Amino acid sequence: MHLLYQIFIDPFVQMGSAPDLLVQTLWEGLVAGVLYALIALGFVLIFKASGVFNFAQGIMVVFAALTLVGLHEHGVPAYVALALTILVMFGLAVSVERLMLRPLVNQPDIILFMATFGLTYFLIGFGELVFGGNPKKMIASELYLPSGVYDIKMFGGFVSLQKIDIAAAVIVSVMVVALAVFFQNTRIGRALRAVADSHKAALSVGISLEQIWVVVWFAAGVVALVTGILWGARSEVSFSLQIIALKALPVLILGGFTSIPGAIIGGLIIGIGEKLGEFYWGPLLGSGIESWLAYVIALIFLLFRPQGLFGEKIIERI
Amino acid sequence: MRAPSGPDVAVGDVLLSVENVSLSFGGVKAVSDVSFDIRKGEIRAIIGPNGAGKTSMLNIINGFYQPQQGRITFKGQTRSKMRPHDAAHGGIARTFQNVALFRGMTALDNIMTGRTLKMHKNLFWQLLRFGPAMTEEVEHRHRVEEIIDFLKIQEIRRTPVGRLPYGLQKRVELGRALAMEPDLLLLDEPMAGMNLEEKEDMSRFVLDVNDHYGTTVALIEHDMGVVMDLSDRVVVLDHGIKIADGTPDEVKDNQGVVDAYLGVAH
Amino acid sequence: MFYREAGQFKTTYQADQAVFPILQDRVGLAVILFGAFVLIPLAGSDFFLSVVMIPLLILSLAAIGLNILTGYTGLLSLGTGGFMGVGAFACYKLTSIYPDVNIVVWIFVSGLFSTAVGILFGLPSLRIKGFYLTVATLAAQFFLDWLFIRVQWLTNYNTSGSIEVPTRTIFSWPVTGPNATPQFRYLVILAIVTVLTWFASNLVHGRIGRMWMAVRDMDLAAELIGIPLYRTKLLAFAVSSYYCGVAGALMVFLWYGSAEPGVFNIDQSFTILFMVIIGGLGSLTGSFLGAALIYGFPIVLRGVLQGLGWNILPATIEHLTFMSVGALIILFLIIEPLGLARLWQITKQKLRVWPFPY
Repeated sequence: MHLLYQIFIDPFVQMGSAPDLLVQTLWEGLVAGVLYALIALGFVLIFKASGVFNFAQGIMVVFAALTLVGLHEHGVPAYVALALTILVMFGLAVSVERLMLRPLVNQPDIILFMATFGLTYFLIGFGELVFGGNPKKMIASELYLPSGVYDIKMFGGFVSLQKIDIAAAVIVSVMVVALAVFFQNTRIGRALRAVADSHKAALSVGISLEQIWVVVWFAAGVVALVTGILWGARSEVSFSLQIIALKALPVLILGGFTSIPGAIIGGLIIGIGEKLGEFYWGPLLGSGIESWLAYVIALIFLLFRPQGLFGEKIIERI
Repeated sequence: MRAPSGPDVAVGDVLLSVENVSLSFGGVKAVSDVSFDIRKGEIRAIIGPNGAGKTSMLNIINGFYQPQQGRITFKGQTRSKMRPHDAAHGGIARTFQNVALFRGMTALDNIMTGRTLKMHKNLFWQLLRFGPAMTEEVEHRHRVEEIIDFLKIQEIRRTPVGRLPYGLQKRVELGRALAMEPDLLLLDEPMAGMNLEEKEDMSRFVLDVNDHYGTTVALIEHDMGVVMDLSDRVVVLDHGIKIADGTPDEVKDNQGVVDAYLGVAH
Repeated sequence: MFYREAGQFKTTYQADQAVFPILQDRVGLAVILFGAFVLIPLAGSDFFLSVVMIPLLILSLAAIGLNILTGYTGLLSLGTGGFMGVGAFACYKLTSIYPDVNIVVWIFVSGLFSTAVGILFGLPSLRIKGFYLTVATLAAQFFLDWLFIRVQWLTNYNTSGSIEVPTRTIFSWPVTGPNATPQFRYLVILAIVTVLTWFASNLVHGRIGRMWMAVRDMDLAAELIGIPLYRTKLLAFAVSSYYCGVAGALMVFLWYGSAEPGVFNIDQSFTILFMVIIGGLGSLTGSFLGAALIYGFPIVLRGVLQGLGWNILPATIEHLTFMSVGALIILFLIIEPLGLARLWQITKQKLRVWPFPY
């Protein structure tokens, strides 16, 4: 009985009694959600155009961030380092297309999925070899990203909004809009949508699959870089980020694999749900439930709606 | 060879009937208000131009699709929806238009999977393999070898089915269906993609199965010659609606059928 | 010339259904078993046994477990580490509470706890398939990770959160703990792995193996034949987790001698998965070959590099291993998706017609 009270009543009472804490938690959740959504965005880009589920998206985030910081450590000015890193991500996209996607072009999806496991481990090893395994500090101030906090008086208490988080939300919104415009209105965007629909049909109208794949993997690489910068600015750049990035999977389950708005909304749901869960229900179970809560949320969702919020229902034919 | 499954239906009586069955996918109506029956021991052909809903019809009988409306009566039992489980246990087996074999396994193993419903030795005996599990395995191997002899595919027993030519794959698939010792065998375009010689072979197999084992057969087929020669009765579908039902001769002369195949605008 | 089937006629179906129908294969197997049970413990150094053979056997067992789930039934799982952990912790608690019971008994029993957990996390397979199911196993992995650290009762409230393995004996010879000799540990592990491999082989060559493979290859057709999809998948989860659980218990008790929190993390899951992919999905032989390659790689690499005179840090070896394994995975998926086992099969085919090319 007491347990039922603890689960179903108490957390809400707590929420109500300190509304400023609630808003703070919601804000934290929103910010985390935005970052998860960014990673999910990278997945969606690649999946839409090549049908590949890129498990390596998380390590690409770390790798991009490490490259940026590493270049800067060697004396390269911040924005030059940024440009060079973008070039590196382009190089990565070309290599992946040439060495991994092209040879595996007709294989079933599960094989490509497993190949991205290999890619993940390769990048982990390579990253650690070149940059070392120690956590690094993101060059946020050199990139002119804001720092500091806004303390807003609210509900009789304070809500602290880190400026970098606000900047993150703005940057992500701009990116999403830019991507949406790109997909809808440009020639390459159209080609991407064609490839996502049907490889064969796209080929038959003269679209080069290889070029498209390089474009999406590059775009995903840039998204990864932005994610790495924003995330690194909030905490630090380390390989543990790669595991956290796996939380994008529950986001994709909620939002569907092919929907950009789905990725955003899914990210927000997971981010907020996770933070609320950790803060208000966490003490019941012990700390650290953040490590798996997102997955359980997604799992429960899956049981009722296997195609996610925005996904398409798959009709199997035989 | 036949193990009885469910109430026995006398030859000539209705084995399966579908009544007012309709099936839609989203906005597309695949099957509209179709009714017909299949009598035990007969060979029933389901024909019609492409997109008529023939495969959907088989899928409904098989339990793969569930119709939104209508009823299916099989061996005296009426259901509004057939589940794959009910169909398989009830003695319905089928082959598929696009050959649904298990590509990771050999021809022999594929046909042996057809015996799954009849193999009962549980996990414990399977762990040991020697003893009752092995005896069961060998017993069913005997049956499967009879089928292999019947279909004349001895040489390719141990070949992974992915490596077999199309015609042989279709034969292995037929073998897998036969391994279930079905009362009703559904064949979806068994002759598709075959040359004349292969078609004659396959026709003979179908006739033999019907003759020897008394298996009722429902088949979808495009080759009119085959249909006329093999079948006892024919159902004609067009755009999801039944437009004719009778013996091959009756159906052949039906103007509606001729129009459907020649593509007269309706 | 030497490896031929010609002249070996089978007169019964039973003989034809044998797992090793060719005489030369049976002879080969006998030689391997003799070598494993007799030659290696007699001639092998302590180092060889402790660092090569024991880990190889245990990892192969885990690989067999994962292979049953992913290779034979087609359910990609990232929860292997967690299932191994369940077995290890179950064994620890059982032997803490009942120290007088033979540890081997507890090792076999602890697998059942893993089975229960495996079935639990396999329940969603009723509604969700493929990639989504993989995410469910990932959920299991992270949840179990958290559980192992959070529930201090599991480690008997040890302050560092790790397990120290107590000494246990068989026939009054120590088999766990600091006094256990590598030879004795090796023989016990070998016996357990041999028996369990034999069971696995029996399963996959019979009715159940065919059901699993049918579910993997085309589950819709399997259902229409009458194969109960849900029960078949759950059985795969059950058997697979059992093997992983036993492997986990062996790993802690007869190999490491201790267990730190996080030893059964997602890295462990990936390691075993890579062994299965490279060794060959759907092949028991492949499980052994894959384990040998993945486990042996860093050892060989270090040996080679040191032989060349380069002094390499262990951390660098680890990084190079990660890179190489990652690249190997991609390479194998491109060249031979069926892994080392298939390469071995092809070699045998070539041997059958040797010295002719075909």
